[in-house]
Amino acid sequence: MNTQNNKIEKLFWTITLVAFAIGLVGVYDRIFYGHIHANYGSYIPWGLWVAAYIYMIGLSAGAFVMSSLVYVFGVSEFKKIGKLSLLVALATLVGALVTIWMDLGHMGRAWRLMLRTNFTSVMGWMVWLYSFYFILLLTELWLAMRSDMLKLRDEASLRGKISRFLLFGDKEDSPEKQEKSMRLLKILGTIGIPLAIAFHGSVGAIFGVVGARPHWHSGLTPIIFLVGAFLSGGALLTFISAIWGPGRGTQEHRNMIVKLGRILLALLAVDVLLEYAEITVGIWQAVPEEAESLKLMLFGTYWWVFWIVHLGLGVVLPAVLLLTRSKSVGAVATAGLLIAVTFISVRLNIVLPGLAVPELEGLVHAYTGPGLTFNYFPSLSEWLLFIWSVSLAALLFLLGKRYLPILDE
Amino acid sequence: MERTEFLKKISSTIFASLLLPALLNNDSGAKAQNHSEVSLPEMPKLPEPTEDEDVLIRMMRDLQRALKKPLEARKWSMVIDLRKCVGCHACTIACAAENKLPDGVIYRPVIEEEIGTYPNVSRRFIPRPCMQCEKPPCVNACPVNATWMRKDGIVEIDYQQCIGCRYCITACPYGSRVFDSGHSYVADAPRKEEAYLSGEGASVYEKTPAFEYGKETPRKEGKSPIGNVRKCHFCLHRIEKGLLPQCVVSCIGRATYFGDANDPDSLIAELISKPNIMVLKEEMGTKPKVYYLM
Repeated sequence: MNTQNNKIEKLFWTITLVAFAIGLVGVYDRIFYGHIHANYGSYIPWGLWVAAYIYMIGLSAGAFVMSSLVYVFGVSEFKKIGKLSLLVALATLVGALVTIWMDLGHMGRAWRLMLRTNFTSVMGWMVWLYSFYFILLLTELWLAMRSDMLKLRDEASLRGKISRFLLFGDKEDSPEKQEKSMRLLKILGTIGIPLAIAFHGSVGAIFGVVGARPHWHSGLTPIIFLVGAFLSGGALLTFISAIWGPGRGTQEHRNMIVKLGRILLALLAVDVLLEYAEITVGIWQAVPEEAESLKLMLFGTYWWVFWIVHLGLGVVLPAVLLLTRSKSVGAVATAGLLIAVTFISVRLNIVLPGLAVPELEGLVHAYTGPGLTFNYFPSLSEWLLFIWSVSLAALLFLLGKRYLPILDE
Repeated sequence: MERTEFLKKISSTIFASLLLPALLNNDSGAKAQNHSEVSLPEMPKLPEPTEDEDVLIRMMRDLQRALKKPLEARKWSMVIDLRKCVGCHACTIACAAENKLPDGVIYRPVIEEEIGTYPNVSRRFIPRPCMQCEKPPCVNACPVNATWMRKDGIVEIDYQQCIGCRYCITACPYGSRVFDSGHSYVADAPRKEEAYLSGEGASVYEKTPAFEYGKETPRKEGKSPIGNVRKCHFCLHRIEKGLLPQCVVSCIGRATYFGDANDPDSLIAELISKPNIMVLKEEMGTKPKVYYLM
């Protein structure tokens, strides 16, 4: 078991580091050439990076809500993965924010989102909400690790040094202090639930309020965003807990994964239901433009993103695994990985079909030039930066897992 | 029409819109020496009104009258007569030249439509500037207050404030907002000095400063408006100096009209009151100030 796990660990480090190194080319391209090599532009203003952003921010919100099961609702089965879920939430949040920061036309002006906010814009609200969420997440993670870091602080290892640094001079531990930390965690977690719902709901609302894009313009959009976040974040956490969760091989660990698998199945069912509602109502042609977007998604050039990647690999296969082999840790972990990885296709299918239907017929032929097209496929630079930001999140997770007392019981 | 009269009419139009400002500018040479200042005269001088004067002169007269009113009393509007538009795309190009638009940025494309089947077939040309909506969905989308509706109704963008998130582009139902990715028409042109359309010569167009929103902005790598969202602004910098927008002046069929809709004596107000007037996507509730005559 241990050697096998070492192999998995090595594999993940290798993949992450290689992807990170390759992806750096994309970062270089973005910093020195701006948006010249990107395939998004005027008619398709948002592309892979925006999809990657809502994908990762959804993973973060989902993982965070799982942590609240531990710190707010005291679900004892998941107690051991409380810190793990906070770390996943933090790593994916950083990945998401870096991606969307690179997507801006003027990266140096990002601070204006905070200091010159327009509160009639949903995006203005979103920035403030996830800033609070970021601070809350850091505080929660620190509190959750505090007593473990106190145990580590006397070690001479790098972990000990990091713990000493992160404690900021906090030395003493006592049952009262521990209890105080847990109480504070509960309060923060309680604030965190509506905050996570509000901030990810607002990410959905950014799309939901745009009347010019019928594919997005629906009261269901923020709700689908939320359920998708819980599903994808929960799925990622299930996979990670199955591979790295404390007490691997024990009955307790097995029970936890089985239970996570059941939660996943329920979330998957709700997500499919909402998606079914959205697609069937939309394709009824009541709003021709919305039907156009859906037809693009289902039968357009990139039909396979929906049918094969999302429905096949992200819904049917995991559902079969979760239904028929619900007691197998390996099967549940595979289902989690499949759902989490393929969920980028759901995010792409929100962003792109909504934009790829021309606002005015014939506009595309009126004047041509870079960015004045409704055909979009990410450029090499876009793929590279995407790979880099995902591997950045993975690297943060692997580093956190190695040097912070995340898995300590 | 008498030939001389016709020529007089044409030349007066050209003079008023193009030559006169330049001539007046030469007179005030001291002022022109200050390079940072926009080198345009305060107001072009117009000929005495005649009964059959060109609509451009009439509209310039309307324009000058409107400029005497306070900002909030003006309501800049445009009317495009689709029956007169011949689809020459001169407005598209004149606009690009006026605002020194780079590759991939366009403010006023002309959409072409074919209606019917042979032998009952016709073509329709729809120039599409920014609609300068009275209820602009793009303004509410901007997270950093970089775009707003001015008191005279023009939706302005502050290039120095825009962060380039492109949310406003998604919010516009007309596709009027575009992203300046930093492309250039002459980037790949040969750089040999002796070549006629290359080297320094070719890049002059893109190095010449634009005067959008009355600010002199030469194009520089990594600097705004590169990385910004851009759109038509009714040539605000021209209107404020008493000149009509470039698309209006360049229209060979006199199909584009411009003026203050709040002024009941103006040509534009006259046209907006016609029963065959329409706006694009009225159902969106955006209340465009660009109208079309069908």
